[in-house]
Amino acid sequence: MNSPAIMQTVFDKTRIADLLTTAGYALALTAVVLFFLFPIFWVLLMSFQTNADILRTPPSLFFSPTLSNYAAIFAGKMETSTGTQDITFLRNLGNSALLSSLSVLLALALGVPAAYAFARYQFRLGEDIAFTLLSFRFAPPLLVLLPMALYFGQLGLNDSYWSLVWVYQLIVLPLVLWIIRGYFEDINPDIEHAYRLDGNGWGATFLKIAIPLARPGIAAAALLAFIFAWNNFIFALVLASAAKQPVTVGALLFVTGSGIQYGYIAAATVLSVAPILALALFLQRHLVEGLSLGAVKG
Amino acid sequence: MRSRLKSRPLSKPPLRARLVPYLLSLPALLVCIGILVPFATAVYYSTQRYIITLPFTRGFIGFGQYADLFTDRAFWHTVQISLLYTALTVGLELVLGLAIALLLRRSTLINNIISVALMLPLMVAPVIATLMWKLMTDPSYGILSYLISLAGIDGFRWAAAPSTALFTVVLVDIWVYTPFMIILLLAGLRSLPTQPFEAAQLDGVPKTFVFFRITLPMLTPYIITACLFRMLDSIQQFDIIYGMTKGGPGDTLKVFQVQAYVEFYIANNVGRSAAVLMVLWVITFIISNYFIKYWLKLRRRTHGISAE
Repeated sequence: MNSPAIMQTVFDKTRIADLLTTAGYALALTAVVLFFLFPIFWVLLMSFQTNADILRTPPSLFFSPTLSNYAAIFAGKMETSTGTQDITFLRNLGNSALLSSLSVLLALALGVPAAYAFARYQFRLGEDIAFTLLSFRFAPPLLVLLPMALYFGQLGLNDSYWSLVWVYQLIVLPLVLWIIRGYFEDINPDIEHAYRLDGNGWGATFLKIAIPLARPGIAAAALLAFIFAWNNFIFALVLASAAKQPVTVGALLFVTGSGIQYGYIAAATVLSVAPILALALFLQRHLVEGLSLGAVKG
Repeated sequence: MRSRLKSRPLSKPPLRARLVPYLLSLPALLVCIGILVPFATAVYYSTQRYIITLPFTRGFIGFGQYADLFTDRAFWHTVQISLLYTALTVGLELVLGLAIALLLRRSTLINNIISVALMLPLMVAPVIATLMWKLMTDPSYGILSYLISLAGIDGFRWAAAPSTALFTVVLVDIWVYTPFMIILLLAGLRSLPTQPFEAAQLDGVPKTFVFFRITLPMLTPYIITACLFRMLDSIQQFDIIYGMTKGGPGDTLKVFQVQAYVEFYIANNVGRSAAVLMVLWVITFIISNYFIKYWLKLRRRTHGISAE
C-alpha cells in the first residue's frame, strides 16, 4: 500500500515529466516552423526595404517599409547606379500565367478521356501506353529538351507559346492521367451500367456520369499540374525565347541583370511565388491528395 | 465486388465498341510520339562525334563516346557527386520528415495549421527557393552569414567555397523537399489502424519498441514510395544547383544534368552531352521501373482489400 506522501511525489514526478515532454515538443515544433517559414518571411521583409536598409549591419527587423521595389517592377523601370534600366519581369509573370493555364487546359482535354479509357477498358497496348506516359515523368528532362532545342532552332519554334505548351505536356500530362485514372477506378461502374442500360451511348455516359463524379480528382490534378507548370524552370530555360520566358527563368536572369539591387530581387521573388502560395493555401485539401499521386490512397 | 465494363461482355463486342478506348487515348498517345522523336535523336547523338562548332569532324563513332566517358575522371566525379547528393538529400529528408510527421501525428488544430504551413516551401519553385537562400547567404548582407558570424564562425562562404558548396545546396534541397516527405508520411501515419498502438499502450510497451516494431514496419510502404519519388528527382537535380552556382565553384557541383547542360551550351559538345544523359537515363529507368512495379503491386493490394 502506498502512503499518501509517496502518492504525492509520484504524482509530481509524472507531472514534471509531462511538462518536460510538452515543453520539448513545443520547442521542436517551433524550431521546425522557424526553419521552414523564416526564409519566406525574411525575403518578404526584404522586398519592403530600400537597398540601404538591406545592406545595414546588423540586420534589423525595424525599418520604414517602402513600396518602391514593387513600384519599379510594375512601372518596368529600375534605377541603378548607371542609369535607368528596363525590367521585363511583368511580362515574365504574364507568360507564366498563360503557359501554365494553357498547358493545364490542353492536358485535361487530352488526359481525361485517356484516363477514362485506361480505367474502364482493358485493351491491347493500353497498359503499355499508360506505362510509357508515366515513365516520361521520371526521365531526365534534358535528354528530350536538348535535341528539341536543336529542332526548335531549325524550325523557328522558340518564339511560340504553343510549342512550349506542347512540350509542357511532358510534365503535366502524366500527372493528370495518373491522378484522374485513380479517380475513375474508384467510381463504381454500376452507375454507368445503369445509365447505359437506359439506352444512352458511351459518349453520353462519359460526359454526363463519369466526368461529374470524378470532378474532385480532376480539380486536384488540375491544381497540381498548374503548380508544376508554373514552377518549372528547365523547360523554359532551354526552349523559350527571351519574349516567352516565365518567372522562373526571368527571376534568375533578373539577378544577373540587376547586379546588387537586392530589394528588386526580393520583390520579384515574392511576386513569383505569391500566386502559387495563395492558390495552394486556398485549395490545400486537394493538394495533399494530388501530391501523393494516388499512391497513398487505399 | 468490383465489376467492370472490361469484365462484363461475354460475347465479343462489335468493332466500333472495341475501338472506343483507342479513340479516347489517341490524342494523348500522339503527344507522346512527338516526344519520342527527340528521345530517339538523343540516343543517336550519343553514338556520334558531334561538336556544333566543328561540324566537319562530325561522324559515327559507335560506343566511342561512352568509352571516352568511362575513362574520364571528370565523368566519375559527376557520378560520384550525383550519388552523394542523392544519398544526402533523400537520407536527411527521410529522417527529418519522419521525425516531423511523428511530431504532427495527432490531429489537433495547431498541428493541422502547422502541417499546412509546412507545405509552403514545397510550393515555391526550386529555382526561386534557391534565389531566396542566395539572398540570405550573401556574404555581405545575408542574414544567415550574419547569424553564423555571431556564432563565432568567420569567413563561412556558403556556396562560394568548394568545401561548403555541397552543404549549401543540400540545405536548400532539404528546405524545399522535406515537406514532401512530411505530407506523405503524415498521411501514412494517420491512416494506420489504431488497435496495435492502443494494445501496446495498455501493455505498457516502451515507446522505442513501439516505434521500431510497430510504427516503422507499418509505415514501410509509405517510406519506400516517398524515397523512390525523391531519389528520382534528386539524382536529376538541376534547378537548385544551376541556380546556386551553375555547377561551380570549378567542377564541385557538376551533377549529371548540370554537366550535360554545360557540355551542350559551353563546350557545344552535343555527342558527349547526350552520352552523359543516356547514363543518367539508364539509372533513372532502373529506379522508376522498380518504383512503378512496386507502386502497382501496392495499388492492387489496397484495391483488393477495399473490394472485399
